[in-house]
Amino acid sequence: MRAVDNKAVNVVENTAENRKVSAVRINDFVIKFANVNGTGSASANHLFAKSIFRLGIPVSPRNVFPSNIQGLPTWYEVRVSEQGYLGRKDTVDIMVAMNAQSFLDDVNNVAPGGYVLYDATKPLDTERYRSDIHWIGIPITEICLREFSNPKQRQLFKNIVYVGALIALLDIEFAVVKDLIKDQFSGKEKLITPNVFALELGCQWARENLSCPLNIRVKRLDKLANKILIDGNEAAGLGCVYAGATVAAWYPITPSTSLVDSYSKYCERLRIDAGTGKKKFAIVQAEDELSAVGMVLGASWNGARAFTATSGPGLSLMSEFLGLAYYSEVPVVLFDVQRGGPSTGMPTRTQQSDVLAAAYASHGDSKHLLLFPANPTECFQFAAKAFDLAERFQTPVITLSDLELGMNDWATDKFEWDDTARYDRGKVLTADDLDALTAQGKEWGRYDDVDGDGIGYRTYPGVHPDKGAYMTRGTSHDAFARYTEKGDIYVEGMERLRRKFKTAAKALPAPIIKPSDQNSLYGVICYGTTDLAMQEALDLLTAQGIELDMMRIRAFPFCDDVFDFVEHHKQVFVVEQNRDAQMRMLMINEGDINPVKLDAVLHYDGMPITATFIADSIAEKLQQLIPNKQFVDSTPDKTSSKKGAK
Amino acid sequence: MSYIAKSKFHHPKLPVNDLGLTRRDYEGPLSTLCAGCGHDSISAAIIQACHEVSIEPHKVAKLSGIGCSSKTPTYYLDKSHGFNSVHGRMPSIATGANVANKDLLYIGMSGDGDTASIGLGQFSHVVRRKLNMVYIVANNGTYGLTKGQNSAMTDLGSKNKKGVENPFDAIDIASLALQLGATFVARSFSGDKDQLVPLLKAAMAHNGFALIDCLSPCVTFNNHVGSTKSYDYVRDHNETLNRTDFVPMKEEIVTHYEPGSSREVCLHDGSVLHLHKLDDEYDTSDRVAALHYLQRKQHEGKVLTGLLYVNTDTPDLHEITNTVDKPLNQLVEADLCPGNAALQSINESLR
Repeated sequence: MRAVDNKAVNVVENTAENRKVSAVRINDFVIKFANVNGTGSASANHLFAKSIFRLGIPVSPRNVFPSNIQGLPTWYEVRVSEQGYLGRKDTVDIMVAMNAQSFLDDVNNVAPGGYVLYDATKPLDTERYRSDIHWIGIPITEICLREFSNPKQRQLFKNIVYVGALIALLDIEFAVVKDLIKDQFSGKEKLITPNVFALELGCQWARENLSCPLNIRVKRLDKLANKILIDGNEAAGLGCVYAGATVAAWYPITPSTSLVDSYSKYCERLRIDAGTGKKKFAIVQAEDELSAVGMVLGASWNGARAFTATSGPGLSLMSEFLGLAYYSEVPVVLFDVQRGGPSTGMPTRTQQSDVLAAAYASHGDSKHLLLFPANPTECFQFAAKAFDLAERFQTPVITLSDLELGMNDWATDKFEWDDTARYDRGKVLTADDLDALTAQGKEWGRYDDVDGDGIGYRTYPGVHPDKGAYMTRGTSHDAFARYTEKGDIYVEGMERLRRKFKTAAKALPAPIIKPSDQNSLYGVICYGTTDLAMQEALDLLTAQGIELDMMRIRAFPFCDDVFDFVEHHKQVFVVEQNRDAQMRMLMINEGDINPVKLDAVLHYDGMPITATFIADSIAEKLQQLIPNKQFVDSTPDKTSSKKGAK
Repeated sequence: MSYIAKSKFHHPKLPVNDLGLTRRDYEGPLSTLCAGCGHDSISAAIIQACHEVSIEPHKVAKLSGIGCSSKTPTYYLDKSHGFNSVHGRMPSIATGANVANKDLLYIGMSGDGDTASIGLGQFSHVVRRKLNMVYIVANNGTYGLTKGQNSAMTDLGSKNKKGVENPFDAIDIASLALQLGATFVARSFSGDKDQLVPLLKAAMAHNGFALIDCLSPCVTFNNHVGSTKSYDYVRDHNETLNRTDFVPMKEEIVTHYEPGSSREVCLHDGSVLHLHKLDDEYDTSDRVAALHYLQRKQHEGKVLTGLLYVNTDTPDLHEITNTVDKPLNQLVEADLCPGNAALQSINESLR
């Protein structure tokens, strides 16, 4: 966000013209709540967003928060989109301006003709700020001081009062919000009555004093029957429970902390032994990320499913152990919920800037399997999949999510679990297997590639009284895990690892390719949360006569489909949320692609990428590539959409 | 190539233990450490201790970091799984392994650099977490594998091979472990097998974190006059606190001890440790006194060896985290996966 700047206040002279009544807009707007963090606004704002969800209208709430516990500005943006566009939109139609600190900026962010809802307990000369928007003054503090005596409630219920007012202003069904309050406080029934009362206060005041509803309205759509509302971290934590993970070792870091919290929450519910009350899981809060991932190696080596979750700074610390896991072939499941880097960077903003650090983490020739979920359903599925892959390929699997996906709620497909499917524990020899090998006169070697797929057979410690033991080591070793300094044997091992990764590329989630109506000469590639804005961007481009084939990459190392897509297009745009075009680099490096063929579209200011940014950037680039074709409508001012990139 | 297989041939009359195994069954390939290295004596003591208490070799996991000390797990217990990890990080590997399977005996082998320099953080926290393991510091006061640099456990004023005095204070790992809540703390000397072997047996039977700070001279880089970790220096300055006899659970106690001169400690598995006190006033169950005594003897220039502290009543990490009795790595899909019906009710709660 920009710093407060008085000069930026935009006073428009022709007020009557600007305020003229616009057409009624149903289920298509952005509302932003500006609050002070630590004042209890988060749950009220969530209540608002979830009510929209319960009405079956596609909704995407976003928490834009500071790295702070109390006192600094925090925002909650809710995009409501009948078409189902969930990506962030860079305009605000309604601002609930509850924070004096950021008030000027917040008011300035409202689109002309939009609304500002503010606390009118103290009179405010609104014309001083802007006259091209509608001002909705509600004496929120006054209402709360009058109706509540408890000082804590006086503060907390301010938030519920404005939600109540929005019910009247946006024509939301009161019963839906009321039911939600009942659900949220089930078990704490004492809290239901005062919350509903506060809701009624706001709603009633608005109905009596304002002209309701506004031209921006909400209407039940019932379009989300197969959806749930959940954030990516909670989904991934639940996925770990379903995958049978028994050991979680971690070190707290934003924005990944809630992933382990979720694992803990669902384990406490689903993994307590009924007879003894003891836990069928262990969560160890480590002293740092080095130790956290070390514990994962130790547990996985012993045959338990183990994972850790971190963000960029933690990934840097884990690199040493990731190299050991790669080379000694120990499964590791790691979730990297990316935030703004480098260094401590922007801890509470989103980015996709750990791609290269994750792909090649650690010194020497190391490489890791990566997964790129784009929504909570994939966070759940990929979390479960990651354990199968890590054990099948005996190597680290890093799932790269980000703050945008991990910490925000998304309307996403319901989770499903196939009860007939079994975990893939990979190639593990039992005591009987070892005896059978001896009976066949065969000698077992831990790193012996008997199947030709690059994957050897593991044994767990304690498997057999006199067979199957070996020394796991990060030093160079032969097929029997014995230390060696012989170059040819070392090369053999490294080539086998290369072979293993070729096998893995075929087993990873395939890219999702959406061809345009007319097979285009041009393609666009995205991954992770960029997908949330991509469909809308493609629709915006189609409206300008630009048809693009789209591919969403879901895993690394890349399978042939990824390179075929590039091969089959004249030019491909790679849209990413980092400065250095890391996925583009990875593709060029791994696929020997001519760099000229891949055009980078980059957004990295820490806010999630928008559809207009993508569409405008691509349209502009295409116009440069093919100047004689008029792709872009040159009239509208596009400057606002270019925020976030140079 | 530092893997030299040992001949499996052995004398037919080599003594066998309760499992019918000879000490050869507890050995590994030939050591590639320098001839006379203290660490090889520690390896031999581990082999003897494991053989004598008849532990099944495959029920042991041997773990290490990096350095001369950490190479040794290759040279003992060939039938045990081993994990030679990265420098200073063995404790986290041990923690994860133990959390996953509490039924194995974890023997961690580390050095003074691996533990007190690069690994001090992980060491401190594994002690705090009360992990059930035996942690041996093969303490030679020098970096052998990189040719003789000082470590964080090199004593103040100790001279390196070029005669330069170490200007920094040493970390006393036994004191540190006591402060951090270790429940078994001993110091020994690789050159005194009679002391080391019973201590190893007791540490293995102990349920909780057991530290043995084992002075283990480096014959190549730290065995000269002026070094406080040379064979001669340790022998000259050794002050033995107590001698221990370890009697495994199943054996009848036949030896008679003079009352007052010894103390019995019952270990977790029912084994008994007989402590023959050489200092009448010392009480191995008093942590605060132990810390004080250690500091005092150090100040006097003595190298205090023996069992410094033992506490058999403290819960280990599994008891603290309240995990199920069955090792976590033996839980199967049916124990762990809640299934689709539960998932559908979770879906409903998210609507």
